[in-house]
Amino acid sequence: MSRVGLGGITSARRKKNFWLTTMLLPGAIWLLLLRYLPMLGITIAFKNYRAFKPNTFWNNIIKSDWVGLKNFEFLKGPDTAVMIRNTLGYNILWIVLGLIISVAFAVMMSELSTRFIAKSYQTMMFFPYFLSWVVASYFVLAFLDPTSGMINAMEKASGSSVTNFYHDTTWWPLILTLCNLWKNVGYSTVLYLAAITGIDTTQYEAAAIDGATKWQQVRYVTLPNIRTMIIILLIMNVGKIFNADFGLFYNVPQNSGSLYPVTQVVDTFVYRAYANTHNLGMSSAAGFLQSAVGLVCIVGTNAIVRKIDPDSSLF
Amino acid sequence: MTTVAKAGKKRSAALNQFSTGTQAGFHVVLGLFALLCIIPFIFVIVISFSSENSIRQIGYSFTPIEWSTQAYDYTFQLGDQLWRSYFNSFLITIVGTALAVAITVLYAYPLYRKDYSYRGFFNFLSFFTMIFGGGLVPTFVICKSVLGLSDNYAALIVPALFSPFSVIIMRTFFQTTVPGELIEAATIDGSGEYSTLIRIVLPIVTPGIATITLLYAIGYWNEWFLSLLYINKNMEIIPLQYLLMRMQRNADFLAKNSAMLGADASKAAMALPSQSLKMALVVFIVLPIACAYPFFQRFVVAGLTVGSVKG
Repeated sequence: MSRVGLGGITSARRKKNFWLTTMLLPGAIWLLLLRYLPMLGITIAFKNYRAFKPNTFWNNIIKSDWVGLKNFEFLKGPDTAVMIRNTLGYNILWIVLGLIISVAFAVMMSELSTRFIAKSYQTMMFFPYFLSWVVASYFVLAFLDPTSGMINAMEKASGSSVTNFYHDTTWWPLILTLCNLWKNVGYSTVLYLAAITGIDTTQYEAAAIDGATKWQQVRYVTLPNIRTMIIILLIMNVGKIFNADFGLFYNVPQNSGSLYPVTQVVDTFVYRAYANTHNLGMSSAAGFLQSAVGLVCIVGTNAIVRKIDPDSSLF
Repeated sequence: MTTVAKAGKKRSAALNQFSTGTQAGFHVVLGLFALLCIIPFIFVIVISFSSENSIRQIGYSFTPIEWSTQAYDYTFQLGDQLWRSYFNSFLITIVGTALAVAITVLYAYPLYRKDYSYRGFFNFLSFFTMIFGGGLVPTFVICKSVLGLSDNYAALIVPALFSPFSVIIMRTFFQTTVPGELIEAATIDGSGEYSTLIRIVLPIVTPGIATITLLYAIGYWNEWFLSLLYINKNMEIIPLQYLLMRMQRNADFLAKNSAMLGADASKAAMALPSQSLKMALVVFIVLPIACAYPFFQRFVVAGLTVGSVKG
């Protein structure tokens, strides 16, 4: 915009800014109240939070004593190692498996000659993504329920001993992995497929003319073309490595206590610390650690993405 | 000329395909996985139509001994809590989605305007919450004791009203479909900011609005976590998802919380075809999604691919 009219233009500019700001206000107020105010609440993690008179949140928080890092002592407990192992272990396994399977599926899907069937596959695969973990937990229950579940019924019919799935940790790493893949592979396949369909077909034609077989075309045309996307999705997932899908770990194992050794993750730990013992200090401390580590991971991985491909970096 | 080109295309197309055998292999792998994705739902439908007697004898099975609509008959008798929860699900989804879409569009539009002075600041305000937060417990305590989100509909709607991810999707839709000259022209014609947005911009970005509407609607429809956190006493307002969650651990929850009292409630709980009934409720939840899904799928795909291109 030229700066000729001076007075007229600045007042028009001010007016424009004013109206546009009014548009942002509802969202900005929401962010301040529901996202930034709780950040102040992190102080709970460093205090011995208890009730005072008058019993209002701010009054309690101001009057409670500072206790330094006392709320972080849970880190020394034996459960902490288990929950960190579970969170990292499942995440790493699922990042790798999810990547391999969805890239493979996307490549296969893009090579199917009948578009209609490929579309149907995609529609079916993407479906679980839209269901909640509560619903999924009933799907799992249909197979594993101790009294009428399909697998137990089959065990009974064949006379073999009956597995009590909700009390036996053996199968849960596998069950949780299958659930995660069931729900998320369709989604990432769709993302990769979109990237593959965006590849310029002349590249394949050129490769074919040079005598490349279809497998070689996948190897030397398809994969290099989606390489950046793979790396970026990979790194973004690494940035979330300390976050677990609460619904999966809470609902699907029916919140069963005997399964905690294989189902306890950071998110469920934080929730249970609050819901079961009302330990505000410790659960806030655990949540704060998770947020802080998450921030470091995301900023770190973003710096790496920026090096590889500046256009794809998150910020 | 055209026939030559066509023939050439045909030949290169033939060169560009996997052999029939390999293709068949792809079909087997993809087809099996695709089936696995929907089979649990089909199984649950079958269970919901199995008679309680059949379930007691051979457990859940794809081929029950006896079919029955008992579970669905009971949903009508049990009434109250169930239908109220179903109604709550719809209410929360509709009200929440409408508000969330309005707030998101209004937030994304100024961020798209390159000539808006505070663009950077508000962009950061929204973006920063994607990478850092107060954590579950401080957020919960503040919502409950400071903002009064407890045992009311607001507690099930307000915490999910705004998603920075949807703002990015919407902003990208603005950037890719609305040329800046259009806004300039409207401004020169003396159109106010709101009227430019509503009369000129919004009609162009309807696919974007459809996308975020669906994302929010699915989010609200599937919401159970907010009920778990914020609803303690007032079971009249819980959505169906949370009702199902409660029922998992407490089979007669439905009977207890229905209008029936005393002996009636325990009698109803006794006679409950609880197993198939639970599965019938799952069908109730999934059905609206399954029916609308073929129509909305492409919008979600569009939105997610847009959102992933530039996060």
